[in-house]
Amino acid sequence: MSDKNINIKLKVWRQNGPNDAGRFDNYEMNEIPTAASFLEMMDMLNEKLLGEGKEPISFDHDCREGICGACSMFINGRAHGPDNAVTTCQLHMRKFKDGDTITIEPWRAKAFPVIKDLMVDRYSLDLIQQAGGYVSVNTGSAPDANSMPIHKDIAEEAFDAAACIGCGACVATCKNGSAMLFVGAKVSHLALLPQGKIEAKERAQKMLAKMDELGFGSCSNTGACEVECPKEVSISFIARLNREYLVANLKD
Amino acid sequence: MKGFLSSSIGKKLLMSLSGLFLIVFLLVHLGVNLTMLFDPIDGTVYNKAANFMGTNPIMKVMEPLLALGFFLHILYGIIVQLNNWKARGSSKYAVVDQKDSSTWASRNMIWLGVFVFTFLIVHIINYYAVLKFGQPPSTHVDGVEMHNTFKLVSDLFEIWWYDLIYIIGFIALGLHLHHAFWSAFQTLGLNNKIWRRRLEIIGDIYTIVVVAGFTIIPLYFLIF
Ligand code: HEM
Ligand code: SF4
Ligand code: FES
Repeated sequence: MSDKNINIKLKVWRQNGPNDAGRFDNYEMNEIPTAASFLEMMDMLNEKLLGEGKEPISFDHDCREGICGACSMFINGRAHGPDNAVTTCQLHMRKFKDGDTITIEPWRAKAFPVIKDLMVDRYSLDLIQQAGGYVSVNTGSAPDANSMPIHKDIAEEAFDAAACIGCGACVATCKNGSAMLFVGAKVSHLALLPQGKIEAKERAQKMLAKMDELGFGSCSNTGACEVECPKEVSISFIARLNREYLVANLKD
Repeated sequence: MKGFLSSSIGKKLLMSLSGLFLIVFLLVHLGVNLTMLFDPIDGTVYNKAANFMGTNPIMKVMEPLLALGFFLHILYGIIVQLNNWKARGSSKYAVVDQKDSSTWASRNMIWLGVFVFTFLIVHIINYYAVLKFGQPPSTHVDGVEMHNTFKLVSDLFEIWWYDLIYIIGFIALGLHLHHAFWSAFQTLGLNNKIWRRRLEIIGDIYTIVVVAGFTIIPLYFLIF
């Protein structure tokens, strides 16, 4: 890990509110340590703007350790920037070279309206979750270990799906603005486990109907989402969602 | 069941089923065409095969089904695409970099489809319409009078620029199929981490057979 500093140029999307047309503003940042995270670099930029009496750039962030999914940003044409399997808070400036121009845009999709600058409204994902992404009965407190045997492979697979942090990178990346990877992950992790299996079919129907209603696109199976997903959720979960959904409707 | 076929997955179900039907049709069509190479001088085998395809009762049922397959696939291809463009939103990214995350073909299925469709129209005008409604050359095989489809086809294949259009059409179809084959299984939910790779390989083998098979025929008539 080198500790050298780099000079960069930034082209950042600024938008005053949901109805503003928006524009790019250019900034120059000098002597940025390559060990800094991308968000730390943004903090430095905001300090600088505040010092100059200018409006700082709004962006979402919370945990800054790659688990909450709040940080977004479309960096140089990719969700969460050039590194794979990371969120923006886990992206580091060492991924960039001295003299680079970095373009920073908000997540763009019909279902993700911009609130301000780089901050977008991802409430639509919550609405999909509320449409069926739960188990309807109280399943009690944690059962004794191994009182409900679940095959290791199934447990692993359910966990891989449950790793989704609802960040929306899949939607931002998808050429169709589709949330199929998110819905696939949510439907699969519950469908694989005994408590969630019972409602699996109607859950798939309800969540998909909500996704369609909110204006997300359909899946062309390009696979770009799974590459940009910080949790490496596989599109095999989209196949599982398709299966659950088709079987549910053929049975009705 | 309500709203099933108009849901995002329902529409893709129709596309994948019609697409798979077209994939089977292409193999049958290729099989008949390849008989041209069995006796490339007077084309008796091919004429018999073409005559059989043009007259037997099963094909009388299959023909409208095939038209329906194309119709559904194209109709839903357009509906799905328009909705997908809408879902992308009105504000466009200034920079998009997907070269490492998806294939070019998968992002351009609609344009490859439009290209294949144009080719299909040319194809129908040149052969199907002539055989059905025009005055194709005729011949006698075993005392039976029938269309000399062989002459119709091989004469056109001797024109180099016609062959060029024909081959470019199949390359576009090949790119469409490179993504389409495994994608159809994914849409049907018949896929997982292990089968993904297998389906891609089977799809590419199918694609190469179809593209190579169809292009080898005009090349033969051009060269010999
Ligand atoms: C013989 C010709 C054709 C064959 C065998 C074929 C086959 C297929 C198959 C199997 C798929 C995958 C469906 C899925 O992802 O579930 C597909 C996708 C597609 N096809 Fe075709 N197709 C043909 C011609 C056309 C034509 C003429 C169009 C014209 C509009 C077209 C437009 C599309 C589009 C837009 C998609 C992508 C849909 C999406 O995933 O968003 N295809 N095709
Ligand atoms: S599937 Fe991946 S990219 Fe999509 S919301 Fe979940 S964590 Fe983010
Ligand atoms: S701030 Fe929580 S994942 Fe980046």
